[in-house]
Amino acid sequence: MTLLITRRSAGAAALLGAFVVVAPALTAAPAVAQQPPVKIGFSMSLTGPLGAGGKSALIAMEIWRDDINAKGGLLGRQVEFVYNDDQTNPARVPAIYTKLLEVDNVDLVVSSYGTNVIAPAMPIIMRKQMVFPALFGLAVNESFKYDRYFQIMPAGPSPKEDWSRGFMELAKSKGLKTIAIAAADAEFAQNAAAGARKNAQEMGFQIVYDKSYPPPTTDFAPIIRAIQATNPDVVYVGSYPPDSVGMVKAANELGLKTKLFGGGMVGLQFASIQKNLGPMLNGVVNYDFWVPAPTLNFPGIEAFLKKYQEKAGPAGVDPLGHYLPPWAYAYMQVLGLAVEATKSLDQGKLAEHMRTTTYETIVGPVKFGSNGEWATTRALMVQFRDLKPDDMEQFSKAGSRIVLYPPSVKTGELQFPYRQ
Amino acid sequence: MIIDPGLFLNAVVSGLLLGGFYIAVALGLSIAFGQLDIVNIAHPAFVIVGSYFAYYLGAHYGFDPVLTGILLTPVFFVAGILVYRVYYVSFERTGQESLSGLAFFFGLMFIIEVTLIMIYGVDYRLVPAPYIGMNWKLGLVDFPLRMAIPFVVSMVMTIGIYFYLSKTFIGRAILAVSQDRQALQLMGADPVRIKQIAFGLAIATASVAGALLIIIGPVEPSINREYIGRAFAMVVLGGMGSITGTVIAGFILGIAESFVQTFAGPSWAPAVSFSILLLTLAVRPSGILGRQS
Amino acid sequence: MRSGGFWGFIIGALLVGIAFVALGKNEYYYFAAYVILQSLIMAVAWNILGGFTGYVNFGAAGFFAVAAYTTIALNKYLQGLGLQPPMLVYIAAGAVVCGLIGLGTGYLTLRLRGVYFAIATLALAVVFQTLANNWDYVGGAKGSYILTPAPPPFFSSYIKYLFFVMLLMSLFAIIVSRYIVHSKFGRGLAAVRDDEVAAECMGVPTLRLKLISTTVMGVLMGMAGAPYPFYVTYVDPQSAFSLGIAVNAIAMPMIGGTAYWYGPVIGAILLGTAQEVISVTISSELNVFLVGVVLVSFVILAPSGLVGLVNDLRARVKSRA
Repeated sequence: MTLLITRRSAGAAALLGAFVVVAPALTAAPAVAQQPPVKIGFSMSLTGPLGAGGKSALIAMEIWRDDINAKGGLLGRQVEFVYNDDQTNPARVPAIYTKLLEVDNVDLVVSSYGTNVIAPAMPIIMRKQMVFPALFGLAVNESFKYDRYFQIMPAGPSPKEDWSRGFMELAKSKGLKTIAIAAADAEFAQNAAAGARKNAQEMGFQIVYDKSYPPPTTDFAPIIRAIQATNPDVVYVGSYPPDSVGMVKAANELGLKTKLFGGGMVGLQFASIQKNLGPMLNGVVNYDFWVPAPTLNFPGIEAFLKKYQEKAGPAGVDPLGHYLPPWAYAYMQVLGLAVEATKSLDQGKLAEHMRTTTYETIVGPVKFGSNGEWATTRALMVQFRDLKPDDMEQFSKAGSRIVLYPPSVKTGELQFPYRQ
Repeated sequence: MIIDPGLFLNAVVSGLLLGGFYIAVALGLSIAFGQLDIVNIAHPAFVIVGSYFAYYLGAHYGFDPVLTGILLTPVFFVAGILVYRVYYVSFERTGQESLSGLAFFFGLMFIIEVTLIMIYGVDYRLVPAPYIGMNWKLGLVDFPLRMAIPFVVSMVMTIGIYFYLSKTFIGRAILAVSQDRQALQLMGADPVRIKQIAFGLAIATASVAGALLIIIGPVEPSINREYIGRAFAMVVLGGMGSITGTVIAGFILGIAESFVQTFAGPSWAPAVSFSILLLTLAVRPSGILGRQS
Repeated sequence: MRSGGFWGFIIGALLVGIAFVALGKNEYYYFAAYVILQSLIMAVAWNILGGFTGYVNFGAAGFFAVAAYTTIALNKYLQGLGLQPPMLVYIAAGAVVCGLIGLGTGYLTLRLRGVYFAIATLALAVVFQTLANNWDYVGGAKGSYILTPAPPPFFSSYIKYLFFVMLLMSLFAIIVSRYIVHSKFGRGLAAVRDDEVAAECMGVPTLRLKLISTTVMGVLMGMAGAPYPFYVTYVDPQSAFSLGIAVNAIAMPMIGGTAYWYGPVIGAILLGTAQEVISVTISSELNVFLVGVVLVSFVILAPSGLVGLVNDLRARVKSRA
């Protein structure tokens, strides 16, 4: 609905949107009116800190819904979404899922975006024994151990450690010894840094700097200098979008000298930030989940991105949509494929199927392990190369981000070192 | 532990540059809150509006952010006057300003945030500018232009406001408004009109501060909340409405932050800044340069 | 409200609550009601200081979060010992810790008046948030999980139990708040609000009164925050210290009317319900927008809140008659 909002008629569009949400049944094709729709319920962060991601995810999910409905829906029934904005506020989540399950009587549920808003839904989902495809929760199931939880983010079977494994292995392969770890004081960055720390210890790195910084940090120069003072071979950063920008800019301005720089910086996957940083990104090695590359050109991804990019501009979300949207499409796709294969909405059968099957999706083959995470990691490590200033187009093509890890989808070798 | 002189000097300079930017954010509040006793919680939200104008004109027409910030000050000035009119008619005239005024600005903050979201969405916005990413090196010390230019602009603006307040008739009248309203009336100046101009001026500084903010880093609508605490801390620390005090407070906060980041854990930076504030409030509630009552 | 009517109201609310727990089927309403009651307690607590004495507490989220973190720390410690204590233990712990912080805040009022005090409470919340970020025992910035325990006897599900606990605490908060307004203590507080210096001169023990009211505020906010981890199951500093909690605690009394004990109750029920309804019907920014618009229009058009507005209208009708 937020797609409707244009500058001129924002208020009116929002009001109109209200009715679209309240009465989505009206939009269903009349030909299938006698068949009740399959209702998929979820909460999504459309406002608040993760609002930008949540909105782009919703666009992707709606593309999936329209695709599947154009093909005749699921089990011959049209698919309909029932969703509510959780405002990235965990306290809203339990009420929303209870409402979806008890008032709206949805047939299927999927998660909101991010650990903070996935975890509060878990007790409710578990009591109702629903299959729960999750979108980018980091190690949520470690505490819940729920066997119907399926996480689409390709971190791997032990997500916290697998996340940075590629980065550390690259460092190891070059014989590097000392590492500095800097991470934002917030959920994801801290978990990712904890994994990096563990990997570093296991692989025998010496940790020379290990500090957190608060998210509302304006100037990163003092942090970069403190890191430089320890003269590390490797700098691992776990950061959120504004800090990622601050870190990369400060590292360039001060000429940070290290051999490998990057790791877990959220935001460097977003087109607006990539465009603004441009050549400052050259040489940075960072995690990613999908980039345009011959090894990752799965069937359907191109068509999807084309549809997404048409809608992204007016909605004011990430214009290229490489990071979250394909996965938001894919977690719906997995659920849809499972429903088609089992020809049922029975949660037990669906879960059973999802535990054992490899699904062909727009993000490639998806296979879940026993804890609901990906059975093997496909967290990419990519290196930014040959970037020109102020050019968004270059990021939509292969070659701007070289895939270094994992070996199965590799497109090039590490350019080394970062800066001497 | 021996402290590396390079690290030390750089920490001082970084702190000053950061403090300089903080001063730009707090300057308007120093006038509105310090001189006029208007608790404008929404001031940082106006700063973000300034950032979005700088983004819009920069991304679509190639305007330099600083130029945009300066060009749009009249627009912000008028907006400030309008807000003050509403505030005056609703609260000041009826003597309800303290609590109701506070709630009013809270509400205004939400309205500004949501309006920005409805127009621009929630994605991060940045501006290109040729000096972003450039660095001057003076011996051991770095001056990244991304921080140095906001510093210079902020200082020029602050000095300008300082002289305006102390040398012009209206400026002096603004200073008098907070101290002796009756004397002002005897001088033949209408306090409401004076306060109106002062508040307009306060909001006008937000236009420039917003441009500086988006030079330094990415901006999204709710980021203003991060600056509410810091801006109020500076004004209170500086002694309510003393421009010099706010400047000193800004530098103290900037340097404290940069030292904690360099030599201790950056994680403790906010606690250190706000502990300084609490301590100051406990020991000397009137602030560093405040008038002792 | 007359005394008999008041107790009738309390008992009535309790009976309705019990019937609701016993007969209700649709669990959504308990979740929704929990959130509303939580903000009701916060609003009533905020009003004991803000409305009755005029000292504005910006750091309500700080109190709330400290109590939530007390629960997490205590739960982790006790579980390590193999204990699973009843909810009352957590609530008592949160109330004591926040009561002490409230007492400390009270001493701030010795030197800080008006806006200075408000800024100090804001600073206090930031300091506590930084502590929570850096305290690894409770998960630090990573956040902390708490698994929902089995529901106690007589309750068919845990959320019903949580709702019932919250209802009891809300009624308790209301009773306390009303008692304060009607007691000599409350008249002292009103004197502080109207003119603190004059009150002091008249021999009102202003410091003691302020200390009691900040402590009571802290205790009530602590009670509201203590069960939160069990409700949400995952707590991180960012969400526990969220500005929204502080804003609601201020907005709800303002809308209802800060001068009356039932002002925040009415404000919380109306605004809380509206927020809940809007967030499940109009999924958009309009929810945040609503708080802004309602707040601004209320303080402009009805500065003494709904209660004040109704009283005004009544007086006008009477004078015409």
